[in-house]
Amino acid sequence: MILIRGARPYGEDAVDVLIADGAIAAIGAPGSVAVPDDAQIVEADGLILLPGFVDVHTHLREPGREDAETVATGSAAAALGGYTAVFAMPNTEPATDTAGVVEQVWRLGSQIGLVDVIPIGAVTVGRKGERLAELGAMADSAARTTMFSDDGSCVSDPSLMRRALEYVKAFDGVVAQHAEEHKLTVDAQMNEGAVSARLGLKGWPAVAEEAIIARDALLAGHVGSRLHVCHVSTAGSVDILRWAKAKGWDVTAEVTPHHLLLTDDRAEGYDPLFKVNPPLRTAADVEALREALADGTIDCVATDHAPHSTEDKETEWAAAPPGMLGLQTALSVVVQTMVQTGKLDWRGVADRMSVAPARIGRIDGVPSSDGGPAGPNGGHGQPIEVGRAANLVLIDPDATWLVAPSELASKSRNTPFAGFTLPARVIATFLRGTPTVLDGALAATAGATA
Amino acid sequence: MRHLLSAGDLDLTEALLVLDTAEQLDRAIAGRDVKKLPTLRGRTVVNLFYEDSTRTRTSFELAAKRLSADVINFSAKGSSVAKGESLKDTALSLEAMGADAVVARHWASGAPERLTSWVRGSVINAGDGTHEHPTQALLDAFTMRRRLRGGEGDLEGLHVAIVGDVLHSRVARSNTLLLRTLGARVTLVAPPTLLPLGVERMFGDPVDVSYDLDSVLPTADVVMMLRVQSERMAESFFPSAREYSRRYGLDVRRMGLLPDHAIVMHPGPMNRGMEIAADVADHPKRSTIVEQVTNGVSVRMAVLYLLLGGAE
Repeated sequence: MILIRGARPYGEDAVDVLIADGAIAAIGAPGSVAVPDDAQIVEADGLILLPGFVDVHTHLREPGREDAETVATGSAAAALGGYTAVFAMPNTEPATDTAGVVEQVWRLGSQIGLVDVIPIGAVTVGRKGERLAELGAMADSAARTTMFSDDGSCVSDPSLMRRALEYVKAFDGVVAQHAEEHKLTVDAQMNEGAVSARLGLKGWPAVAEEAIIARDALLAGHVGSRLHVCHVSTAGSVDILRWAKAKGWDVTAEVTPHHLLLTDDRAEGYDPLFKVNPPLRTAADVEALREALADGTIDCVATDHAPHSTEDKETEWAAAPPGMLGLQTALSVVVQTMVQTGKLDWRGVADRMSVAPARIGRIDGVPSSDGGPAGPNGGHGQPIEVGRAANLVLIDPDATWLVAPSELASKSRNTPFAGFTLPARVIATFLRGTPTVLDGALAATAGATA
Repeated sequence: MRHLLSAGDLDLTEALLVLDTAEQLDRAIAGRDVKKLPTLRGRTVVNLFYEDSTRTRTSFELAAKRLSADVINFSAKGSSVAKGESLKDTALSLEAMGADAVVARHWASGAPERLTSWVRGSVINAGDGTHEHPTQALLDAFTMRRRLRGGEGDLEGLHVAIVGDVLHSRVARSNTLLLRTLGARVTLVAPPTLLPLGVERMFGDPVDVSYDLDSVLPTADVVMMLRVQSERMAESFFPSAREYSRRYGLDVRRMGLLPDHAIVMHPGPMNRGMEIAADVADHPKRSTIVEQVTNGVSVRMAVLYLLLGGAE
């Protein structure tokens, strides 16, 4: 049993929270909750209590690129970032496109036990965009995969995309599209605009993203399916999403922390740490993304945590792979860009980083081991109330910290925020009542037992 | 000044210092039987070329040798990732060998700037991707100054038309930056497909742009023709070599639209008959194309001298 003392749920009045058997057993005014003798006390005076974060867009690199990240190191980074569930993108080697591979990733995650790892299945065989992978088999597997994406590549063929959107309706699945019209982005290196013109780097035009989002929204509306749009990066995409939602279509979207903070002029200096796909955009895009996240046009924050080895990044800009670390800095960037600017309160943060992504990924139901709708992955993004699964995070809102790449838990070092002083720290994370992080470090008892 | 990565690194004073130094070195050499100065004796200059460019490499090599530096040519073709050693490891090797200056030509924009984080010596950008080629801009400005300004001072009031594949041209970017620093007015002329999106604001202050070569020529003191690679046709930047040549090539008729004193430049290598007609390229009065090659050596001597010797 654990007693969290003096925490402020959603930044509101302080309470004591008793956790027993993986769930919230009691909530009461400070001092009012009876403390069992064997309870572990977690002092949380002044700390904010939120439901554990959910990331619908993480790259864990296993299998295939264990030199860059593993399920174990990525899980540690996730727990330290306040996450209790992460969705692992399928651009592994081999691609996560069969029931066997999704189960392998899922089992690895549950053995490690720091965070629920829910594999995202590839939409097409080998992520080649040619024919559907066995989506139903992945949904029926132990991993209960219902989110599908060819992330890193766009499902370009409009007919294939339509079929994918339709097919996953049978198991309440969702296609998460990496929106990029590849014919407009051949060899593209950064946002197309004045900065790319000056730097002589080939431009990645906003329209290449917007055209696909518009097409897919129309397709989703046409066939009545659910569409999720990955890493929205432009003001124009926001306009299209707003329009699609106004139509009543079931379209959701995510934005990354880096697109909420950084702009394309970071490419000056040609340091590939700032190379990412979709690329960093302009200040006007950043502002539009913040507004869209605030008003719900963009539903959630997703990290697109993309570890790359130092040797892959320490090279010419054009030779480097795109991608940035994100799990351990996400909350801090959201606080800086959304909370400190008055665009979101702590309930808003809970919604965009936990409630909404859990709903999109369908892990907000009651967990069950016997094939219930949420499968084994449920219980995330829940309100903080008695009886709910104790997936929780404690945050120090007043802390600041200096981002030092070597101190991050990820196996890779490619954070674009190295040297930044960021606000807010994760102090503790609880996965079904078990502390995975305490005092800002991995809990000694964490993992393996969960 | 430690490195020369962009023509934008030079302010007016520094740009004039390079041009004036080039004039002085040129005169010092001209009076000698043995065309060599002892200035950089014992210094090592490495030509690190990831792209074939006999012309630029030879020019730098000659410049370094005329200043008595030791010159090593290091050619490393292809992608550092796909084939063999990384750019960083190559840089560390050059550093360990004691390179005082690395003259870098690379297919990737920004590669010379990346080198500066790994080597202590000076890095000179000898052309990087579609980014910049600052010594080309310096030799072009040197040439304009000799032809039109008596070899001294700035280029205040000069109107320079840069014509052709601006999108893929490092020469256009460096020239635009340097010419503006020197007080000249630049007009970029190209079909819209061969101008980078955002070109008007790429250097902050607006850049003049035109799609119509004939309308620009009557006020141009200098017209600089850029090489247009015919493979751009395959990517539909323009329909055919013939159409390109008709709309944007400098032929004898168009040359006639220029003021009498105007000069015609080309950074080479030329596609005769494509962006420039043979009679224009070889025009005894207007064409400076051969002079540009000669001036390249003087300007590169000045850059090496100022980066390596001038600091002492």
